[in-house]
Amino acid sequence: MNLTLKIWRQKGPQDKGQMVEYKVTDISEHMSFLEMMDVLNEQLVAKDEVPIAFDHDCREGICGMCSLHINGEPHGPDRGITTCQLHMRTFKDGDTIYIEPWRAKAFPVIKDLIVDRMAFERIQQAGGYISVNTSGNTQDANAIPISKHNADLSMDAAACIGCGACVASCKNSSAMLFVSAKVSQFALLPQGKVEAADRVRNMVKQMDEEGFGNCTNTGACEVECPKGISLENIARMNREYLKASII
Amino acid sequence: MSGFLSSSIARKVAMALSALFLIFFLIIHLAVNLTSLFSEEAFNQASHFMGTNPLIQFALQPILIFGVVFHFVMGFVLELKNRASRNVNYVKYNGAASASWMSRNMAISGGVILAFIVIHFLDFWIPELNTKYVVGDMSGYIEGTTNYRYYEELQHKFASPVKVGIYVVAFVLLALHLMHGFQSAFQSIGFNNKYTSCVKSLGKWYSILIPLGFIIIALFHHFNH
Ligand code: HEM
Ligand code: SF4
Ligand code: FES
Repeated sequence: MNLTLKIWRQKGPQDKGQMVEYKVTDISEHMSFLEMMDVLNEQLVAKDEVPIAFDHDCREGICGMCSLHINGEPHGPDRGITTCQLHMRTFKDGDTIYIEPWRAKAFPVIKDLIVDRMAFERIQQAGGYISVNTSGNTQDANAIPISKHNADLSMDAAACIGCGACVASCKNSSAMLFVSAKVSQFALLPQGKVEAADRVRNMVKQMDEEGFGNCTNTGACEVECPKGISLENIARMNREYLKASII
Repeated sequence: MSGFLSSSIARKVAMALSALFLIFFLIIHLAVNLTSLFSEEAFNQASHFMGTNPLIQFALQPILIFGVVFHFVMGFVLELKNRASRNVNYVKYNGAASASWMSRNMAISGGVILAFIVIHFLDFWIPELNTKYVVGDMSGYIEGTTNYRYYEELQHKFASPVKVGIYVVAFVLLALHLMHGFQSAFQSIGFNNKYTSCVKSLGKWYSILIPLGFIIIALFHHFNH
């Protein structure tokens, strides 16, 4: 298939940047979106042009590195997938595809389609962990009884790969789905309960300081999340936060 | 406003609580107004009671006004902050793919409701205050008679088709505001559990029936005076 691509090009953080049009030909419908980008970059290199910078790593939907806002949606039009799992058969021959970086003040563009997602790391560092010593004297995991129900919910929350699609899709650039997944995965387990109050307070504080917007419950994040993280996590985080602040 | 209310979640919760209070208020307001469809007498009695009872006038009414002002000031503050959190906009943004129009345009529906509330205050509340506290007539009677004035005034207010039109449009936007807002308020206060599907359907019914009730009242008095 032949496609017209309108891609955001930006030389560096200070550059203004602009959309540039490219044509690609002979794209196989079995290719992933990133492979299509590889083909385009090979063409650019052959013409002595600077290839387009975009993030990627595992290319199997588990690392959260690939991003791209495709035709107005993070990870493109399909549901429950990352961009590396998006197939070109989702598009039609002759289509025009818009490709942009994640847009949020807290995710500044580094180059072309790559944004700086360190804000997520700093939120994690503010409390997304449990302080246990794991060197040598670890307990048997089954020594602490955990209900199946909570273990499942915690596992679902832990599926978040920190990609940032929730922020990218949200009209408010809110990071609540990400933060609530990280808060929930611990809050649901006995090991996480010990530091639950400090965790939620510190992570929310860091989230606010990074300049993410405030959730208005539009639900866009849940629809666009490649890992199906549920809005229930945001309600849980709000409960945890209220408990930690008031009681 | 600083301290606790400087955090994003606390603001959300405060927003939701003020909204839940307004949701409760609308039920009372509609119940009183509905009496005007059935009985002039009942409407006059209810209006006189609401308008002269000290508990309602000097405790509940200030709380209500504070609730409304808090809600829209906080709403606009959040809206501005949220807009600022995306400093470069997408060239192509397909918001409709993942969220409803109602949820994406709470500031627009809210803005129309605010404009309506201003008109509504000029219509009913300011004249009420004037009669009761400036002129000092607490009787509730039409001047020189012993008949209550409330029903009479109500019919007079809905004579103009333009005004009725404004009321209808405002209530349609209230319905849209509540279609997202009702369930959103519960989510904001952390209420998301096995009852959430009930909350959602209750919200749908509420956001259709309450504005519809107000619309029917406006039309009824427009065509029946
Ligand atoms: C005075 C005019 C009003 C304005 C300017 C306004 C504005 C807003 C805005 C901007 C929001 C979105 C903020 C957010 O979701 O965090 C909102 C939410 C909401 N509004 Fe209003 N509103 C007004 C009146 C009302 C009235 C009269 C009611 C109900 C009777 C109402 C009920 C709600 C509800 C339930 C929410 C959702 C709260 C939440 O998500 O936590 N609003 N309003
Ligand atoms: S919640 Fe979903 S969309 Fe957001 S960072 Fe995690 S995996 Fe990505
Ligand atoms: S490259 Fe790892 S999730 Fe797409």
